[in-house]
Amino acid sequence: MEFPILSAVTFIPLAGAILILLIKSLTGSQVRSDGSEDDRVLYVGLLFSLATFVVSIVMFLSFDTQGTGYQLVEEVDWFANVKYKMGVDGMSVLLILLTTLLTPIALIASIGSVKHRLTEYTVAFLVLETFMIGVFCALDLVVFYVFFEAGLVPMFIVIGVWGGVDRIYASFKFFLYTLLGSLFMLAAVVYMYLVAGTSDVVVLEQYEFAKSAQIWLWLAFFSSFAVKLPMWPVHTWLPDAHVQAPTAGSVILAAVLLKMGGYGFLRFNLPMFPDASLFFQPFVFTVSVIAIVYASLVAWRQTDMKKLIAYSSVAHMGFVTLGIFSFTEIGVQGAIFQMLSHGLISGALFLIVGVVYDRMHTREISAYGGLVHRMPVYATFFMLFTMANVGLPGTSGFVGEILTMVGAFQANTWAAAGAALGVIFSAVYMLTLYRRTVFGKITNPDLETIEDVNMKELICLIPLAIGTILLGILPNLIFDITRESSLHALAQMAGG
Amino acid sequence: MFDLEAILNTVAPELLLAAAGLLGVTIGAFLGDRFNSISFKFGAVVLLIAAALAGNYWEGGRAFDGLVETTSFANFAKVVSFVSGAIALLMAEGFLKRHDTMRYEYPLLIIFAALGMGVILSSANFMTLYLGVETLSLSSYVLASFHRDSPRSAEAGLKYFVLGALASGILLYGISLVYGFSGSTSYEVVADTEASLGFMFGMVLMITGLAFKVSAAPMHVWTPDVYEGSPSPVVAFFATAPKMASMAVFAIVMFTAFPQAIAFDNWQMIIGIIAAASMLIGAFGALPQTNLKRLLGYSSIANMGYALVAIAAGIQYGAGSLLIFMTAYVIASLGLFGGVLSMRREGGMVENIDELAGLIRRQPGLATALTVLLVSVSGFPLAFGFLGKLAVLEAGWNAGLMPLIITLVLSSVIAMYYYLRIVKIMWFDDQVADFEPVDGWVTSTVYVTAIVSVALLIFVSPFSELAASAAASLLS
Repeated sequence: MEFPILSAVTFIPLAGAILILLIKSLTGSQVRSDGSEDDRVLYVGLLFSLATFVVSIVMFLSFDTQGTGYQLVEEVDWFANVKYKMGVDGMSVLLILLTTLLTPIALIASIGSVKHRLTEYTVAFLVLETFMIGVFCALDLVVFYVFFEAGLVPMFIVIGVWGGVDRIYASFKFFLYTLLGSLFMLAAVVYMYLVAGTSDVVVLEQYEFAKSAQIWLWLAFFSSFAVKLPMWPVHTWLPDAHVQAPTAGSVILAAVLLKMGGYGFLRFNLPMFPDASLFFQPFVFTVSVIAIVYASLVAWRQTDMKKLIAYSSVAHMGFVTLGIFSFTEIGVQGAIFQMLSHGLISGALFLIVGVVYDRMHTREISAYGGLVHRMPVYATFFMLFTMANVGLPGTSGFVGEILTMVGAFQANTWAAAGAALGVIFSAVYMLTLYRRTVFGKITNPDLETIEDVNMKELICLIPLAIGTILLGILPNLIFDITRESSLHALAQMAGG
Repeated sequence: MFDLEAILNTVAPELLLAAAGLLGVTIGAFLGDRFNSISFKFGAVVLLIAAALAGNYWEGGRAFDGLVETTSFANFAKVVSFVSGAIALLMAEGFLKRHDTMRYEYPLLIIFAALGMGVILSSANFMTLYLGVETLSLSSYVLASFHRDSPRSAEAGLKYFVLGALASGILLYGISLVYGFSGSTSYEVVADTEASLGFMFGMVLMITGLAFKVSAAPMHVWTPDVYEGSPSPVVAFFATAPKMASMAVFAIVMFTAFPQAIAFDNWQMIIGIIAAASMLIGAFGALPQTNLKRLLGYSSIANMGYALVAIAAGIQYGAGSLLIFMTAYVIASLGLFGGVLSMRREGGMVENIDELAGLIRRQPGLATALTVLLVSVSGFPLAFGFLGKLAVLEAGWNAGLMPLIITLVLSSVIAMYYYLRIVKIMWFDDQVADFEPVDGWVTSTVYVTAIVSVALLIFVSPFSELAASAAASLLS
């Protein structure tokens, strides 16, 4: 039997978490002489997440980018006809890499800024990483569901323990909103298992459900992924969760957790329910365009930096659904690209906000202004990611937006036109944010002594900056890998 | 005819329990208080041997001219009931010792209650059923008021007794009607009777009586009060062993005595409504609770609702699911009541949920284990309870019970809120003082049930096959 590299990538963080718990239960929590908690545990966690990153690189290298179908498949019987089945294609490989890259970055960003209950914090992030990777590896619906839902618990705890003032409300809203959608998916999974006799994704992709059943199944899966993505009008948990979550929590939430929704559409809704997907295309287009325009307008009026970026995420996820449901290769390619690119950019933007929040302890835009005078390096990075979020050519944001719009244009001109409006709005709100925080004179006296980004923050931001520019200039790096998965996702559509 | 082998095959555990119970009473009469401390170990050992006997005579049999009949399905329920009864008994020892009520009557009452459970599970005749139900109930009433000096405990016992006696009366009246219209009290004969209106009346009254025993809505009102008032270890027992046994008996009676098409259509609808009502009342009723025992009482009502969905699905789809679901529930409940028993501060027990605040800082192991158990009982992935809920959903789909599935989904989300609230209090709130250490049985039960809940999620395969074969035994 081959070395189960996918399980290794998935469970290394969990092993690390268990090890940390064991060691800590033996030594007890150590408090330094100045009353702060010993933060070595964060470095241990970082070590494990870096190890995961290295193993995921090995996994990527052993993945044949030209191959078709699922690779590195592992199969073990679980119960009845349900198997523990793991496997990846181009799309999931890249999303796993995104996850394993951002978790260490999130942990580095936490050093110094998170000050209490560090053991639980580290453990929560490592456990979360396991579940996130598991979601992208799972090739059995029940296994997928377990990972998909399980991720809620660590995120619930991250928001609830280390979050802001209203953290309890936000964590409950996050959890229950997502759970409601997911339970309908669970009911659908059970139904599919009973009808098709298996929950194996590969088999179910070939299985043809009756059209009337497809409609309901599609809706059940949609209710889960639409909340996760999130799509208008079920997006309202996201701004709350983002604003209350600690910086690292926001980074993971925006960069990885939201992608599970788009991933779910491509992996399940399109190949398994092609007729229903076609049937609902106008609906999804409408909702997506409303999301893009409405969320952009709402973002414009925000006074809280994190909330602004959260709404911008809703708008950008609108492009993803637009691309996916254009049912064109270019649109789907663009949607996958947009997911990866948004993972880098939104992660970076939340880090950017975290940098000044750690120093000033406020996210109010009006409290800032003139940062460029004190923080030139910060202003440079902020500019780069602002432009990437707007979709400036040369950055990854541009490629994703243009391709999803081209795809949507082929399917529906009006939808593409509406989405284009969103691109303009994104420039409006992002540039407004940038102008009000970075340019102008320093009006807030507290800002007189603010310091520029330090080494730790540079380590977090530089990889994301490189990724954003590299993908902007050489998008084919991604397209070559995701081509097979996009064609695969559309294969049933064309056939039907 | 006296066929010893058939008798052993069928009721070996019950014979042991009856003999051991009577022996215990005799020893107690001579030794008096000197028997108190050893009697708990005695009771636990007897229950474990009874479970082993049930496992040993797994295939079961038929005896006493068809008054009793044991299937693998019944034996499955017996093993789970007896083992959980033994664990609940061991957990009780320390608690009762601290309250100066450690008396040998306690384990003996548990043994007699277990005897009642065994008899109902082996019943193939309404007379056996009724005798078993009464044995179980009478022991339970006394257990509920075991702290006779405490007004709350006495009140709980009295409430339980008055309502329970009423329910037994209704059950008996139902039996008499069914007997009147079918001419027999044997399940076999009743099953072949043509269902007339009076017969249906009897069946409905029987459902009412049985629903009381499993605390399903609308016969649930005793549950929160009895859970809150009775001594905690007694509740730990109530919530586990009798629930498993009564639910399995509910299934056996419905599946084997009323399988006729017309009766099935009728009781499927009635049980479906009871299930939906239980799920919703359990979910909404628990929301405002501040007393942990009361909250768990409502939680058990909701969980009984889920289990009833499996019964409503009918014998073919529901029997195996019921066993998996109930086992998952019993395991999680044992651990959660271990948690309740761990809440001791300044010499007294505390029951308010807020007392758990910040537990993760003081006793991270206990808090983590309780979180796992809450996750399991809520049916969230990550623990065995998820597979239980999955099995129930599967049964519901197979039987086409769409409205019940939707109710199940909605009430699960509502229920999640109050389970999460406990998690939130343990993890997010500022800590209050430490709990005083409790005896090892309680602590180890919490940890072991948590570990078993996770382990069974991963290595469920042999277990689910066993449940499926046990369910198949009911079909033949």
